Amino acid sequence: MLEVQQLDVSYDGSQILRGVSLVVPAKKVVCLMGRNGVGKTTTLKAIVGLLKPSRGAIRLDNEVLGALTSDARARKGLGYVPQGRDIFPQLTVWENLKISLVVHRKKANGELDRVLELFPVLKTMLERKGGVLSGGQQQQLAIARALLTEPKVLILDEPTEGIQPSIIDQIGETLIKIRAEGKVSILLVEQYLDFALSVADSFYIMERGSIVAEGPIAHLNDDVVRKHLTV
Amino acid sequence: MIPQFILTVEGVNKSFQGFKAISDLNFYMDVGELRTIIGPNGAGKTTFLDLLTGRSKPDSGKIEFERDTDLTLLNEYQINRLGIGRKFQTPSVYTDHTVFENILLSLEGSRSLFAAIFNRITTAQRAKIQEILELVNLADKPRRKAGTLAHGQKQWLEIGMLLAQNPKLLLVDEPAAGMTDEETARTGELLMGLAGKHSIIVIEHDMVFVRQIARKVTVLHQGSVLCEGSVDELQNNEKVIEVYLGRKKHA
Amino acid sequence: MSADRFLSKRETIVLVLLALVVLVLMPCLNAFLPKTSPFYVTDFTLTVYGKYLCYSVLTLGVDLLWGYTGLLSLGQSLFFALGGYALGMHLLLMIGKLGQYHNDLPDFMVFLEYKRLPPHWVPFYHFWFAAAAVVWVPGAVAAIFGFLAFRSRIKGVYFSILSQALTYAACLMFFRNDFTFGGNNGMTDFKFILGHDLRASATQRGLFIASGLLLFGSYLLCRWLTHTRFGKVQQAIRDSENRVLFSGYATANFKLFVFVLAAVLAGLGDALFVPQAGIINPSEMAPDKSLEAVVWVAVGGRGTLLGPILGAVGVNMLKSYATRAFPNSWYYLLGGMFIFVVLFMPKGLVGLPRQLQDLWQKFRPRSQTNPVPAEEDADKVGRARPAEPGTPAPPPPRDETVNGTGSL
Repeated sequence: MLEVQQLDVSYDGSQILRGVSLVVPAKKVVCLMGRNGVGKTTTLKAIVGLLKPSRGAIRLDNEVLGALTSDARARKGLGYVPQGRDIFPQLTVWENLKISLVVHRKKANGELDRVLELFPVLKTMLERKGGVLSGGQQQQLAIARALLTEPKVLILDEPTEGIQPSIIDQIGETLIKIRAEGKVSILLVEQYLDFALSVADSFYIMERGSIVAEGPIAHLNDDVVRKHLTV
Repeated sequence: MIPQFILTVEGVNKSFQGFKAISDLNFYMDVGELRTIIGPNGAGKTTFLDLLTGRSKPDSGKIEFERDTDLTLLNEYQINRLGIGRKFQTPSVYTDHTVFENILLSLEGSRSLFAAIFNRITTAQRAKIQEILELVNLADKPRRKAGTLAHGQKQWLEIGMLLAQNPKLLLVDEPAAGMTDEETARTGELLMGLAGKHSIIVIEHDMVFVRQIARKVTVLHQGSVLCEGSVDELQNNEKVIEVYLGRKKHA
Repeated sequence: MSADRFLSKRETIVLVLLALVVLVLMPCLNAFLPKTSPFYVTDFTLTVYGKYLCYSVLTLGVDLLWGYTGLLSLGQSLFFALGGYALGMHLLLMIGKLGQYHNDLPDFMVFLEYKRLPPHWVPFYHFWFAAAAVVWVPGAVAAIFGFLAFRSRIKGVYFSILSQALTYAACLMFFRNDFTFGGNNGMTDFKFILGHDLRASATQRGLFIASGLLLFGSYLLCRWLTHTRFGKVQQAIRDSENRVLFSGYATANFKLFVFVLAAVLAGLGDALFVPQAGIINPSEMAPDKSLEAVVWVAVGGRGTLLGPILGAVGVNMLKSYATRAFPNSWYYLLGGMFIFVVLFMPKGLVGLPRQLQDLWQKFRPRSQTNPVPAEEDADKVGRARPAEPGTPAPPPPRDETVNGTGSL
């Protein structure tokens, strides 16, 4: 379980996050939403250790992550898929995947097959350089890569952005499959409402650096949406 | 008399390596207007500003400033000299210089080497700097090093630096980003106070801020204007709602 | 209403005092005291300090480029040496028949079997030509190199590397015996300057005073320049060149100007250095000489103009002492000092008092809350000093309460 308590994060002299608290229970999918510029990505960056909070605590399975560096947090079980995918364009799909195995010093086998089953399109292009893949394929590669590190929490920053609708559907189905397996919880930042509604168990909405609404996904009704997510 | 447009944008297209960033964009703005542009990610807002300032050139279409000045024929430096100033999202003030010096360096006037060495600051220039500092709420700290200002104050200083060049049209990219509530409100007042004497385009995401300053709002989506209107009108516009919630993706 | 003076009252007093010590007192102690007096300043000492003063002029140029414009030139000793060579050529010709070979031609030319003086040497018989060359040769080289570099927007590390390459290439050229400038032996054995015997105390005194005057003049020039709007643009270029371009300034021109100015200052410095050192050779242009100059600036404190002078004089004094006291291990001492300064004194010697003050603030027991950061004292011009502990603090100015997350 991932717990974030009263997080304050400042950057370059301005405070971006004010008292952000959220919980990602085991085996659940939580969606963090909000308009552009409210601090969603900043929250994720603080969780994975790329930004240092000035106040607050982050706990993974009751262990405080505070002093740990990003790579240490990855080894503890945070699988981060940033906005823009960040796969290695000069390396092949196969090499991109292999790197994740090195993180835990494992040999390729069972996990790799399982992941390729989840994203069959990757099987057909193992030798292709990451840079020539389409946006959707890169996104799948990025998620696969994160899964290979056997994370406890998969953290995805706007996975549907810039991706064609059919792949979005595939990714949605894959996330549901992953949730069903019960080994990984998912924290998802998303602006695409329908996607969030189909995949998430609960939601948090941010505005100006704080959480302004939260609850089970069923509570994400039109009123809440109008108030916080549209114009 | 026909009210003059400060900006006439018609049929503009711009693609980057196959990706159509701006698609048949039409945009008209009155002199002295304060216009807010909003839109989801990838709508083309930054590309639009780039086209206006000459940072990139459109593939086709017309961009006219005031009457008859074709911006597509000019380079960045020339467009800047015409009176179009852009303020970027992250403040880029001269951190080691004082507030006063920051404005001084941006002041309109000779940019030659010789002038820089030998021209002394005139009383008129001092007065102008003072005037600008008062406009941007920094009149009481002229000698403060810009690097020590709070984030919001840095943004104001940067607006001041822009004003020092006497621009006719200001392009302001996300001015409220990273500001406290108080700073945001002050920024809104600042910009509203500048409208009329200057024409201003503001790009923003912060709806509280947009509601404070906006009269006419333009919504961009996938490179063209989706619709325009007041904030209230847009709030209830189905197309706008869908675009913000991403439903358009499956259209 | 007075315009902003570029020197404060205090600085003016200090400078005048220093000028008196350097330009008046020291030469007098050499000229008028008997050699047995404890205050007597030897000829040798004068010469040594004279050379330090010349080095200081070089470092002013380095600081003007690095500390104020953000251009780390690792080739300033080239311009230094070019100025020295220009005057050296004249001095060499002035030896006349008093040289080793009792020939009008300089010794090295006789040795290399030149039949007559190469044409480009001929004008150097005239002092005024050589003096002009001291200025325009380094200036021209800097102008060409700078023009090419800055127009191509070469900056940062690449610029530094190129400047090293330039000085190294020149060094190699000057080392060649067929380059007509003395080859690897350089030029030495100077006898006369403007009719005066170089070996006489009076001449050395004169050179010392001239070095001092050059340093003071250069310092005042640099101070004035950095105070003008030009100086502000220069520093803005250092901090954010794109922003300056964006404000409409042709930054390449500004950089070129400073680069040429620094080169000219360096050239003048060596022109006075060479008659005091008695020799010039191509190793003056070696890449490491330029690095040394940069180290002096770093140790003294870059971006302060005073720092480089302190660094140049201080480090060279230390070096003189260390080479004598620890002949086998002086470089460890020097190297250790450099490492220490880089690691622990980022603002150099000039910044040391402030650094110590900040350290003191950190460790002394807190008897008041949140001491006011010094940057904000600048606003309180005319107001009382910040409250002493124990007295109630004045209410913060209105605007500071507005920014909840401000710098306080």
